[in-house]
Amino acid sequence: MKKEFKIIAQLIESNTRVLDVGCGDGTLMKHLKDNKSIDTRGLEISKDNVQTCIGKGLAVIEGNAEKDLQQFPNLSFDYVVLSQTLQAFYNPEKVINDLLRVANKAIVTIPNFGYWKIRLHLLFKGTMPITKNLPDEWYNTPNLHMCTIKDFFNFCSKKKIKLYKSIALHEQKTSNINKVNINLKNLSSELGIFLIEN
Amino acid sequence: MNSKENIKKIIIKKPLTLDCGKTINNYPLAYETYGKLNEKKDNAILAFHALSGDQFVSGTNPITNKNGWWSYAVGPNKAIDTNKFFVICANVIGGCMGSYGPSSIDPTTGKIIGTNFPVITINDMVKAQYNLLEFFKIDKLFSVTGGSMGGMQVLQFVANYPNKTKTAIPIACTASHSAQNIALNELGRQAIMADQNWDKGNYFNTSSSPDKGLAVARMAAHITYLSKKSLEDKFGRKLQERGNLKFSFDADFQIESYLRHQGNAFVDRFDANTYLYITRAMDYFDLIKQYNGNLSNAFNNSKTKFFIISFTSDWLYPSSENKEIVIALNASGADVGFIEITSDKGHDSFLLDIPDFLKSVKNFLEINY
Repeated sequence: MKKEFKIIAQLIESNTRVLDVGCGDGTLMKHLKDNKSIDTRGLEISKDNVQTCIGKGLAVIEGNAEKDLQQFPNLSFDYVVLSQTLQAFYNPEKVINDLLRVANKAIVTIPNFGYWKIRLHLLFKGTMPITKNLPDEWYNTPNLHMCTIKDFFNFCSKKKIKLYKSIALHEQKTSNINKVNINLKNLSSELGIFLIEN
Repeated sequence: MNSKENIKKIIIKKPLTLDCGKTINNYPLAYETYGKLNEKKDNAILAFHALSGDQFVSGTNPITNKNGWWSYAVGPNKAIDTNKFFVICANVIGGCMGSYGPSSIDPTTGKIIGTNFPVITINDMVKAQYNLLEFFKIDKLFSVTGGSMGGMQVLQFVANYPNKTKTAIPIACTASHSAQNIALNELGRQAIMADQNWDKGNYFNTSSSPDKGLAVARMAAHITYLSKKSLEDKFGRKLQERGNLKFSFDADFQIESYLRHQGNAFVDRFDANTYLYITRAMDYFDLIKQYNGNLSNAFNNSKTKFFIISFTSDWLYPSSENKEIVIALNASGADVGFIEITSDKGHDSFLLDIPDFLKSVKNFLEINY
């Protein structure tokens, strides 16, 4: 299981209810279910992934987060997880609001567009950056709203969303993000992991 | 046609008060089973059939000598693996394959019941079949499943008996029959009733039965089970054993010939009055209304694990209606999975060899067993 999921799993308390939005092949869900007695539900857009999840015994619904999050009642989960998908929505702000409607706590991870390699790529090559985390060309990427760790940090303060925990991930190493080191972390991290609260 | 005398039946002594208010008792329920019930009795699956189905799910139907309606899905090593599971299926009450229905004989008069049969509901069908659990001494089923009207029975079963099945797989169905569904059923009923031979349902007294009306009903219904694309792919504008149009009303086109065949084959095995009663039961089905406008309440007390399946090209019970069930289940906090299978075969997809569909069912059953 990738490091990102290990960190997410550590942020979630045992015996809770978790909705994994864009749960992929269910790796994180299965881990949470098997190791932390967590009651998990998943929402996934790809039919193949839904098939895989059902085959693992996971309760996964085929659907699109922007349309199908509506069906979950207010505060029907303890946590909702959104891993590296926020940038692919038409309206990320609305999705964040919906996440915090469905659960009190949301864990959102963001591929950091402020990472120094990405900045250098754009600066020197003059073309849209392609990296391990962002492998697609500009013309076929699903990512509509790329942002940086700092953007998300600022977004939360502007929208008065409580940032309970902010973690930067770089080559398997984690560190906390705070107001003081945000500019540095924004340069040195590939991924930001945020635990936000209403 | 073979004799129906060898059909397995239980006689249900326990009175059943129907939704219409009448009470029935000592009535027959015809059933068939596949596979073996294990010692713990935890491997039983109750399959519910659709409008034109019967208890002969798999293998050769002894009455029609054709494959059972769910032969692709049920059998040794198949999606519903009868090497592992014990599959039970009963002919619904109102049916015409041995269960109590309009073609049964009224013991008090010695005559065929016909339209004196009470109007029944999906709820009545499910309550009657619940007696099978007692008969087989099964405390809790492993699963209940079915497509179309079978799926409606799945929903009603869990609503009625929240903890009598571990899992439930409603397929290509709805929680509430739509105006379009009712309209299409009414078309079929009117076709039967417009046939002079129907004789207000008393055709048993004469030598002729409303075969033409029933065939037209079946033809119209059959179109609704297919999709525009499947018709196009299978038939297009191809002509039936002729090079040119005949400038007549014979079956020039293959699709016409196909539908006529479907209609004619149906009347050999199906009773016209049963068609009226079962379509009526489907039309009356409105689980949302039964639970005062909130479908979630139907599942509030259930620990049953659900897996809902719909098909992209099904316009009779479209994905949107299946998703309403998913939404209600989510609202009640139930354990629910949902997949929309890509298929251009229309509503009939659940009866066909659609590998993604069959794989989903198999995976779900086996991981949860």
